[in-house]
Amino acid sequence: MKAHLTRRYLFSASHRLHSAEMSAEENLATYGKCNNPHGHGHNYGLEVTVSGPVDVTTGMVCNLVDLDECVEREVLARYHLENLNTRKEFVVTVPTTENLCIEIFEILERAFRKAHLERVRLEETMMNSFEYTGNNGALR
Amino acid sequence: MKTLEDAIKDQESRILTMVYLTRKAEFSASHYYHSPEFSPEENRRVFGKCNNPNGHGHNYTLEVTVKGEVDPRSGFVVDLKQLKEIMHREVLDAMDHRFLNKEVPEFATKIPTTENIAIAVWLRLQPKLQRAQLHRVRVYETPDLFVDFYGEE
Repeated sequence: MKAHLTRRYLFSASHRLHSAEMSAEENLATYGKCNNPHGHGHNYGLEVTVSGPVDVTTGMVCNLVDLDECVEREVLARYHLENLNTRKEFVVTVPTTENLCIEIFEILERAFRKAHLERVRLEETMMNSFEYTGNNGALR
Repeated sequence: MKTLEDAIKDQESRILTMVYLTRKAEFSASHYYHSPEFSPEENRRVFGKCNNPNGHGHNYTLEVTVKGEVDPRSGFVVDLKQLKEIMHREVLDAMDHRFLNKEVPEFATKIPTTENIAIAVWLRLQPKLQRAQLHRVRVYETPDLFVDFYGEE
C-alpha cells in the first residue's frame, strides 16, 4: 500500500528581491518593500512530502531519521541563518520563495534516495506558501 | 440538437457539483514500534526510542476527506452528522485512549506507525460510507508529521 508522508521543518533566512534585468524603478515597482537593499528576513516553514509503499516489516514509507538527516544536511545547514542572496544559486536567480521552493525540491530530489520526493511546500509567512512537485508533477 | 451554450452548461454543472469535504477529529493513544522479524538490537537501531516496550503517546489529529456530488435537495455532499458518527464509532471508539499495539486488532500483526494507522482508518471507514466516496485519510502524529493515504495499492 502506498502512503504519503509529510515532515515539517523550520529555518530562518534573509533575502532581498532584486533583478539585475530591471531598472531601479522597475525593481521597486515589482518588489516593493522586498527590494530594500539591506534585505529582510523570514521564518520559513518547510514541508517535505515523500511517498512509497509502506514497508511490510517496518510499517514505514521511509525512516524519519534518514529524512531528517538529509533535510538537515542538504537544506537547513545550507540556508538556516544565512543571507540567501550570498548563495551561488541566488546570485543570478532572485531568491523569491517560488525559486527557493524549486531549488529545495531539486536539492532533495538529488540527495534523498530512500523514498520518492512528491512535493515541497514552503511557507514564507503564515499568510503565503508555495508548492512545487517537480517538472512532471501535478498537485493533488 | 444541443447548442454550444447547453453543452457548456452541462459541463459546468458536472464540474461544479463535485466537492471535497474534510472533517477533523482528535484522539490520544499510545504505541511502540517493534518488529518480530528483527533482533532486539535491530529493533533498537531501526526504531530508536520508539522501541520502548512500555509505549509512549501522541495526540493524533485525523482528517477524513470525502468527495461527491452535491445533493441538489439538501446541498450536502454527505450528512456531516452521519460522517461524524461513523468516524466516532469506527475509529475513535476503538483508538482513543488506547494502547494501539495491545487493544486495536490491526496492530496485533502490524506496527502502529502513522502510515499503518492511516491505512487502518481508511479500511475501517471505506465500507461504511455510502453516498460519499472516501478521498483521503490524513493522520497527524504531531503538528510536524503527517501521513496521507489515498487508498492506493
